[in-house]
Amino acid sequence: MTPPTPPENTSSKTLNLKLEFGGGMELLFSNKRSHRVSIPAHVPAPPPPTASASPATDRPDTPRPSDVNYLIHWMKENILTERVELFMEGDTVRPGILVMINDVDWELEGEGEYVLKDGDEVVFISTLHGG
Amino acid sequence: MPPKLCALCSKERAILRRPKTGQQICKDCFFYVFETEVHNTITEAKLFKPGDRVAIGASGGKDSTVLAYVMKTLNDRYKYGLELFLLSIDEGITGYRDDSLETVKRNQQQYNLPLKILSYHELYGWTMDRIVEKIGRKNNCTFCGVFRRQALDRGAASLNVDHIVTGHNADDIAETVLMNIMRGDIARLGRCTLICTQGEDTIRRSKPFKYAYEKEIVMYAYFKKLDYFSTECIYSPDAYRGHARMFLKDLEAARPSAIIDIIHSGEAFEVKEEVKQAAKAQRKTLFLSRPTALAKGILERCKRCGYISSNDLCKACVLLEGLERGMPNMSIKEKERSRLEVGYGPSDMRTIPKFELPPVLADAASPQPKGLREN
Ligand SMILES: [Zn+2]
Ligand SMILES: [Zn+2]
Repeated sequence: MTPPTPPENTSSKTLNLKLEFGGGMELLFSNKRSHRVSIPAHVPAPPPPTASASPATDRPDTPRPSDVNYLIHWMKENILTERVELFMEGDTVRPGILVMINDVDWELEGEGEYVLKDGDEVVFISTLHGG
Repeated sequence: MPPKLCALCSKERAILRRPKTGQQICKDCFFYVFETEVHNTITEAKLFKPGDRVAIGASGGKDSTVLAYVMKTLNDRYKYGLELFLLSIDEGITGYRDDSLETVKRNQQQYNLPLKILSYHELYGWTMDRIVEKIGRKNNCTFCGVFRRQALDRGAASLNVDHIVTGHNADDIAETVLMNIMRGDIARLGRCTLICTQGEDTIRRSKPFKYAYEKEIVMYAYFKKLDYFSTECIYSPDAYRGHARMFLKDLEAARPSAIIDIIHSGEAFEVKEEVKQAAKAQRKTLFLSRPTALAKGILERCKRCGYISSNDLCKACVLLEGLERGMPNMSIKEKERSRLEVGYGPSDMRTIPKFELPPVLADAASPQPKGLREN
């Protein structure tokens, strides 16, 4: 059951993700529609203020696996190039932005609580631009 | 967690939750129910009859791109017998409309529909870029709105169609209901929810997406991989509408039926008697053939360009004269209208080409063609 290349510890592992932007969202991310990113597999301590304590995190040293909520914060800190208010409202994406996880509406996948896997593709599409 | 199965076919994996019903459905069922609902909207409102020539107002944006695709699909599937056209207006906005028109040109190829592009430049002698250069960014949307409306009618007339369908969706209509409430515009409140309207101009405008949620339109475009253009107009400063839109999105996030509920509220709003009277008077003219109404003086024409107008000069001629005289602000004040000389302006002033009704409307009352009179 040992993984092929054992990492020194779980919290230093990364997830490779493909992010796609549409409907004008790409304008907030270097005007690029497709990004390949590597994010930490576990939420680094201290967790962002948004991370609601779940029963599993009774022990503070238990690393929390990265979910879409964390990804959104990671994107804000690392690849968002302008106008955070057009991307986020409160702790999540602004209403009117559709999120698809591996081509499935994130509303079917637990929204921000979806736990990311290596190789996942996440798409953000704005519905707010004119028709 | 195993993938959820489609609530309709129970076979495929569900890929989206419908905002209207909360149902979780698969891709194919989604395409089918989305298209069928638009078809039902069209048939219940009796929007078309076989042989109708219909222009799709195409901006290259998501709504009109999906509308063109769905109209073509339904016309083939249900044998509507419509002749469809794409009609685009080029406002002359560099970096916005030029890019979106490229999208429309690709759609023309992809959907194999004839395309007519009419530009502000050829019609009015002014592009929006030059208008904004001249008047700044305060009233530019007034100019653009008046010019676009008339340009669409003229484009429709040149295609010989009397019916334009536009991509306005349920979210747009709910947003307009909210705006009309906030402005206290009760007369418009009832009207803005109508699926088919015919204003003082002669050409019908319909909204087959009246009950289609924006989210589903975007999802449809995404899963069908439709090619659309999405950038906000660079001159659009309508902050008020922007707030209404975000307010609506917040409501929708809390309760998805909010969109349809607001449309129903707009529809059910009790319209005051005098408003009803005015609407009735307007309806009367609708059942006359347009040229008959013109002959009876119920519909009047602009004395300069011939476009349908209840004033001596149509709004576009008033605005254009303001621009040409270098007094653009004069033109948006109603009172100043009377001072404008009717029929001619300064000798070197640009005017709008003469408006002719589309033959499909004009035939009804024009004197019989010579060949037929000799019997
Ligand atoms: Zn299904
Ligand atoms: Zn005129």
